Amino acid sequence: MLYIECPYCGLRSQNEFAYGGDGTVKRPTLNKEVSDKEWDNFVYNRKSPRGKHVELWHHISGCRQWIKVQRDTVTHEIFKTVSADKEI
Amino acid sequence: MSQTYRLNNSGQINRDKKISFKFNGKKYFGFEGDTLASALLANGIHLVGRSFKYHRPRGFFGAGVDEPYAIVQMVRNNETEPNVRATEQELFEGLEAKSVNCWPSVNFDIGAINNFFNKFLPAGFYYKTFMWPKSFWYRIYEPFIRKAAGFGVASTKYDSERYEHKYEYCDLLIAGSGPAGLSGAYAAAKNGARVILAEEKPRFGGSLLTSEVNIGNQSGKDWAEKIIAELKEMPNVTVKNRSQVFGYYDHNMLVMSEKVSDHLPKTKKFSPKQRLWYIRAKEVLISSGSIERPIVFGNNDTPGVILASAAKEYLKVYGVLVGKKPLVFTNNDSAYETAIEFKKNGIDPIILDSRNAPKSEIIEEAKNLGIEIKFSYVVVTANGYKKVKSAQIAHISSDKRNLGKIEKINCDCICVSGFWTPTIHLSSQSGNKTKFDEKIDAFVPGKSKQNETTVGSASGIFNLEETISTSFEKGYQLSKKITNNDNKVSAPQVSEKKFTNHDKFWCVPLPDKKNFKRFLDFQNDVTVSDIELALREGYRSIEHVKRYTTLGMATDQGKTSNLNGLQLVSDVENKVVPSVGHTTFRPPYTPVSIGAIVGREIGKHSKPTRKSPMHSWHEKNNAVFVDAGMWLRPRYYKKGNEGLFEASKREAENVRKNVGVCDVTTLGKIDIKGPDAAEFLNRVYTNAWLKLPVGKARYGVMLREDGIVMDDGTTTRISENHYHMTTTTAQAANVLSHLEYYLQLVWPDLNVNVVSTTEQWAGAAIAGPKSRDLLQKLFPDKDFTNNGLPFMGYTEGSLFGVPARIFRISFSGELAYELNVESDFGNFMWEKIIEVGDEFKIQPYGTEALSTLRIEMGHVAGSELDGRTVPYDNGLDGLVSKKKDFIGKRSLNREAFKAQNRQRVVGVVPLDKKTSIPEGSHLVKEATAKLPNPKLGHISASCWSVEYNNPFSLAILKDGKNMIGKKLYALSPLKKKSIPVEIVSSHYVDPKGERVRS
Ligand SMILES: [Zn+2]
Repeated sequence: MLYIECPYCGLRSQNEFAYGGDGTVKRPTLNKEVSDKEWDNFVYNRKSPRGKHVELWHHISGCRQWIKVQRDTVTHEIFKTVSADKEI
Repeated sequence: MSQTYRLNNSGQINRDKKISFKFNGKKYFGFEGDTLASALLANGIHLVGRSFKYHRPRGFFGAGVDEPYAIVQMVRNNETEPNVRATEQELFEGLEAKSVNCWPSVNFDIGAINNFFNKFLPAGFYYKTFMWPKSFWYRIYEPFIRKAAGFGVASTKYDSERYEHKYEYCDLLIAGSGPAGLSGAYAAAKNGARVILAEEKPRFGGSLLTSEVNIGNQSGKDWAEKIIAELKEMPNVTVKNRSQVFGYYDHNMLVMSEKVSDHLPKTKKFSPKQRLWYIRAKEVLISSGSIERPIVFGNNDTPGVILASAAKEYLKVYGVLVGKKPLVFTNNDSAYETAIEFKKNGIDPIILDSRNAPKSEIIEEAKNLGIEIKFSYVVVTANGYKKVKSAQIAHISSDKRNLGKIEKINCDCICVSGFWTPTIHLSSQSGNKTKFDEKIDAFVPGKSKQNETTVGSASGIFNLEETISTSFEKGYQLSKKITNNDNKVSAPQVSEKKFTNHDKFWCVPLPDKKNFKRFLDFQNDVTVSDIELALREGYRSIEHVKRYTTLGMATDQGKTSNLNGLQLVSDVENKVVPSVGHTTFRPPYTPVSIGAIVGREIGKHSKPTRKSPMHSWHEKNNAVFVDAGMWLRPRYYKKGNEGLFEASKREAENVRKNVGVCDVTTLGKIDIKGPDAAEFLNRVYTNAWLKLPVGKARYGVMLREDGIVMDDGTTTRISENHYHMTTTTAQAANVLSHLEYYLQLVWPDLNVNVVSTTEQWAGAAIAGPKSRDLLQKLFPDKDFTNNGLPFMGYTEGSLFGVPARIFRISFSGELAYELNVESDFGNFMWEKIIEVGDEFKIQPYGTEALSTLRIEMGHVAGSELDGRTVPYDNGLDGLVSKKKDFIGKRSLNREAFKAQNRQRVVGVVPLDKKTSIPEGSHLVKEATAKLPNPKLGHISASCWSVEYNNPFSLAILKDGKNMIGKKLYALSPLKKKSIPVEIVSSHYVDPKGERVRS
């Protein structure tokens, strides 16, 4: 079970969190022309990287904040966690 | 027969307490402190089971967790449990155990015929035999394999025992309480670290319980007892016996199974049978020790062949002789301790040592005691079927290839030692890169990946002095790292006998023209020739060899067999062991009860049960409940002999005719506040929200980014910057996460806050033509005319002094209102509604009537918003704004979503107006078309229309818009139904929506 450092609550076990997918995906701005391909990439296409990966976790049984976690998908090592408004 | 193999005075058992137990139906006696194994051996019982494949007789090979064979079926307090190691099961009064893998009895077993047809059971036998013919699989092969597989039978009864989970945090977790673990624990605890010391056995001390050593001027055992007593007194230390750390997971999370009550005849009240500990440790000290490995020789699985260390443990801990004419067969010094122990207890052992005249202190001692030692001698084969009767032995050449003349020697047990294998399971599970240590012919932990340190014989150190001094040092260093304290205690003086080198010899060659079975894996019946065959057939990777032959699998996990298997593969392949590599060590290290893994999360406790504040009223009024997510909701209120159909029909009719009240507390409620709340809603919902006035509610639909409808509900503007959102019961949690996602990640510039208030408000829907009259009586001061409170209006009032929110919204299609009060007043509100509503013939209605009312109105719900439909499919096109952008809008441009012949929700009526259509039925053009009959749509929800008094269903139908008036068939092969139907509008009742506005 992963041990994730919530920037608000500190180190908490994985079972307090919900996984939220790729943390690098950026939603296209509202009211802006978006090509099919761009939208397709936003909604459906995800990489499955081996190694370092920035992902979202939701501290659902804690402070209810979405956070960004940089994790190695092979070793599960967590390098860094930041609040949702920050970039890794 | 009474304990004829029990010594009179040695051992650490309580001879004052005699215990009776049953094995295979026969009564025996043992003592308190025995294991089932030691008690059976004390009674001279060696035959405990039959082997997995060949059904050969099986005895005891170890004295603890290393035991591969002696697995029994236990009966304890009327519960049966398979897979119990007799060597680990402590004896208690009334214990009952049975042999496994044998029929009709362990002494006469029909399956043993496999032993004589073993040519048909070679490696990969399952793969080769059961492949052909294919049709045999279900009828013949599978039942056969199921019958043959496994050790014992799982109970089909509900397990009435209680299991618990515990989460714990500590500075240092120490796995194993032998000399290394005790030293590390003591040094760390004295330095202020929070320590958990776990010992799998009932007794602490590990090898110190059986070794002849001196620590700090005391015997090893006395020293261990002193240290444990001191640790138990320290507030920063938790000491646990009967506790196996069986898994090392990510981020230093370890799982330990504590057998709290397995050693008792019955679990005590308020105590669990077992407890599973999830331990997050800052550092882990692995002191899991080592397991003696066998030397492979002919018929080395015969009962009476036993590890030398186990024989010593039975002598020293339990005062039990595993035999009275022992042969000790070794390649190293440690087995001499066993021989000396026999000798001290008046038994004359013979030592066969594969080495050529080695010299050491302990060998001298054995000689001086007059023990007969044959150097350069090996056991070629054990003789005897159900018990060792004699052995064939021979001189072996120094290159270990040639045997001399075979001699026969009488013996009743063979105590074997092929040196020691560090127990590296936990280290390996942690991700440690293990390395092969040539000095000891075994893998030892290498570079750590997590915060883990291995000490003692688990790290390949077999010298007590070094073990204790390094463990003290590690305990001190690790605790210093965590606590920053610097209180160092010094390690005690240690004296022990010095051992000389072992012989790198592990397998006795076969004599000419003999083909004895030589077992590598005793649990899975894997022999030397099986591995050789697998290699001849082209298997190379050790992982493949393992799976093909079953070497090192099952509950044993290769504790005694792995290294010899690797030796063999490397010998045949002419490789060195490290390049063959070992197979992955997977948790659990030992079997763990399913009950312990599940813990308290069983039955009703598998998830929380949510009840509305009015639950007790529902109960008192004969509600029949239904699970709605975690909620319990009244499905209908039973009157007299009514069933579901009659009751829900009555309740729905009463809503259409008079007035009904329904508990809608379970609807998700989210409080939304902030200056940008309107803008936020405008982005979340498909329809326009910027101009909703204060005191008004609006129905909204929200999409996922892929254009699929996520949820619907009404949201009310309570005040300028304050909204009250409702969601469906099922989607409440997802919608909140969804909103938080957009507010925190996508549009953090919006000044909005959301919080769930589902449990803060109790809700009651009041629906029916008489609902206005009822509201007027409940709130006499308020104006409920269409001017005072129009459809989709909101106001607040005082319900007999209780502040209430009043919404004029409808899910039933009737004139309707919804009242919300703080949860604590929920029951008060409900009782007032019922009391005041009496004159209007009010009746409560449940979810079944609720569904009926919404279905015949054509109001879509979860069964239509099923995660596969876009707004158009649900006839919600009118709610999709063309002007503004919102979540998921871009996806609606997809060709497939815009297609004019897309599926759409429609109404379905059976032509006979009698036959109810099962939900899930397929709509097809021809009832009897050739399969696969093209599916045009499916029935999503069905009810008995109380308005028209005939069945009515909703369906999602291809090109639904153009299908109105068409005749199709609803097919339900499951219910064996084929029903001719007509497609009608989904708005079956009040299509213009006049009633809600009346
Ligand atoms: Zn948090």
